[in-house]
Amino acid sequence: MDFPSIVFYFLSAILLLSGLRVVTAKNPVHAALALVLAFFTAAGIWILLEAEFLAITLVLVYVGAVMVLFIFVVMMLDINIEEMRKGFWSHLPLAGLVAGLMVAEMVMVLGGDRFGLTAPAAKAADYSNTKELGLLLYTDYVYAFELAAVILLVAIVAAIALTLRRKHSRKIVDPGWQSRQTATGRIRMVNMKPQHPEVKEDDA
Amino acid sequence: MTPPSSDFVTALPEIGLLTVACVVLLVEAYSQSRMVAYLLTLTGLLLTSALVVVSGAGVPMLAFNGLYIDDPMGEVLKLLTCLSAIAAVIYSRQFLDDRKMLSGDYLGLLLFAVLGMLVMISASHFLSLYLGLELLSLSLYAMVAMERDSARATEAAMKYFVLGALASGLLLYGMSLIYGLTGSLELSKIAESLHYGVKSEVVLVFGLVFIVAGLGFKLGAAPFHMWAPDVYHGAPAAVTLFIGTAPKLAAFAFAMRLLVDGLQPAHGDWQQMLAVMAVASLAIGNIAAIAQTNIKRMLAYSTISHMGFLLLGMMTGSLAGYSAAMFYSVSYVLMSLGGFGMVTYLSRVGVEAENLDDFKGLNARHPWLAAIMAMVMMSMAGLPPFVGFYAKLSVLQALIGAGWISLAVVAVLFSLIGAFYYLRVVRIMYFDAPAVEDTTPTHASDAAMLLSANGLAILVLGILPQSLMTLCALSVQMSLR
Repeated sequence: MDFPSIVFYFLSAILLLSGLRVVTAKNPVHAALALVLAFFTAAGIWILLEAEFLAITLVLVYVGAVMVLFIFVVMMLDINIEEMRKGFWSHLPLAGLVAGLMVAEMVMVLGGDRFGLTAPAAKAADYSNTKELGLLLYTDYVYAFELAAVILLVAIVAAIALTLRRKHSRKIVDPGWQSRQTATGRIRMVNMKPQHPEVKEDDA
Repeated sequence: MTPPSSDFVTALPEIGLLTVACVVLLVEAYSQSRMVAYLLTLTGLLLTSALVVVSGAGVPMLAFNGLYIDDPMGEVLKLLTCLSAIAAVIYSRQFLDDRKMLSGDYLGLLLFAVLGMLVMISASHFLSLYLGLELLSLSLYAMVAMERDSARATEAAMKYFVLGALASGLLLYGMSLIYGLTGSLELSKIAESLHYGVKSEVVLVFGLVFIVAGLGFKLGAAPFHMWAPDVYHGAPAAVTLFIGTAPKLAAFAFAMRLLVDGLQPAHGDWQQMLAVMAVASLAIGNIAAIAQTNIKRMLAYSTISHMGFLLLGMMTGSLAGYSAAMFYSVSYVLMSLGGFGMVTYLSRVGVEAENLDDFKGLNARHPWLAAIMAMVMMSMAGLPPFVGFYAKLSVLQALIGAGWISLAVVAVLFSLIGAFYYLRVVRIMYFDAPAVEDTTPTHASDAAMLLSANGLAILVLGILPQSLMTLCALSVQMSLR
């Protein structure tokens, strides 16, 4: 076995184990951390495939931003994981059987030799994957790129539309209304007789 | 290669619609009147349909390095999508206004959903197909959840979102397998390399199963239909009206692009899968609809059975079958605009006219509305002289022409079962005593006029179906390569 294969199997083993930990860990923070490890090893496998840009993006975006947010949320919300796990063991035999069957079938169907692929020749050391991707994104795939941007816009609009609540109790002042006010409108002098408040039973 | 500027002219309808959608989002920040966003939405949709007509070339034309295709079938479907979106917006104005949902964000999301449909209709690449689908689905999830104080709508949105994400995952997995096998994401190149034979037929069928399953989810065909009744029932009537109409045209185009443009050489394999899905949809849709007391739920099951018919047309793999399926989807959208439009129209502040009981004795109160609803229902049941009859007839003709006589018999039998619950609505409207409380709509003459036109269109197209049939047949014929 050559060196890249050893690295591949090493990383894959860690990836699988950490993936397993994500679903089996009792503590949600541990599960999130295991997911970080899974992303990290996946990035390692991509580096092995000479997809440096994707690997770096995975680490920067997912590990650096998304997972940190995720861990924040997990820590802030007191999630009762035992509640969510109810019925895990009773459903396990059937679910395990179905999953096992599917894995066996997929292994039978999807061998590496089925696709007739050959490994591409290695690129020169000064070859920039990132530059190539950038060139493709803004020329050949500009339509898809713009569509992805529109999808992100929709995500923003949907998130705001679904969470922005205009509560009546909000103490917000319209600046335009505020600056239109005059001295006469601001205060009104009234002449009232002094009154004695009625004594209520609750106050007594 | 930088795309030539002519590519941008080809994609003018999409670009125009995107611009209008962004303006609709912005206009609310500067304007107090909600009518501005509403009128702008209608103008934008009209403008898009005009652009579709103007930029139509009449021959299939690729743009953006093979990601975009402009062909007659796509143009017809895009035009009809825009028109049905216009009708849906007009029907739902009063409903949305009553519930304070007629705002820039709702209409903006609606326009983005229409944009997603247009992208799906004119996609010639796995990437643009998937992106269009996601654009449509994401906007729809948000629209379903828009009525935030309703627990039912939130639950429906959650179900729709989770199952939709699962379906997208299945679809992507299938696409990636086909990509691995053929080495291309472009539909015409996939068809080409499948034509010359691939290394492993097993992997092809395996990928195809995932693609068809994802497609079934999106169409709402059994056994992937579980989301449809809950979403149709839980969503506000105006959103149900929108989900149940225009996206069906896009779903038909999606199926055509994927299965016919891309995977036609594997026709023998997907034919079997579509046949199973079609029969299951016809059975489950028609039988489960009988038990429903909620008209939105009943129409959801009826959608499932109609999708079964559509799949029957597609599975024949013949030109007649494809054009019959297209005719079916167009006439289904027309009928379902009438049906859901009526539910939306009869709703008042705080109450949705969603139970069958709400339609009791409608004839005594509103003879004309009852007549329109009766026409819609009889057309859905497939009775002559309405357009639904010719839709079913042309699918059956295509089936028999391709030698699937047993399937045609099954389809007719299930349609007979289905006729029961459609006619029950007619009976309730005409022969039952009116419910105690009156559901008189006192508003929206524009919606009433459009509803009348909609009902009459069902009748007129039923008497003279030839023009629409020819349009479907010609556009499909000119678009197939």
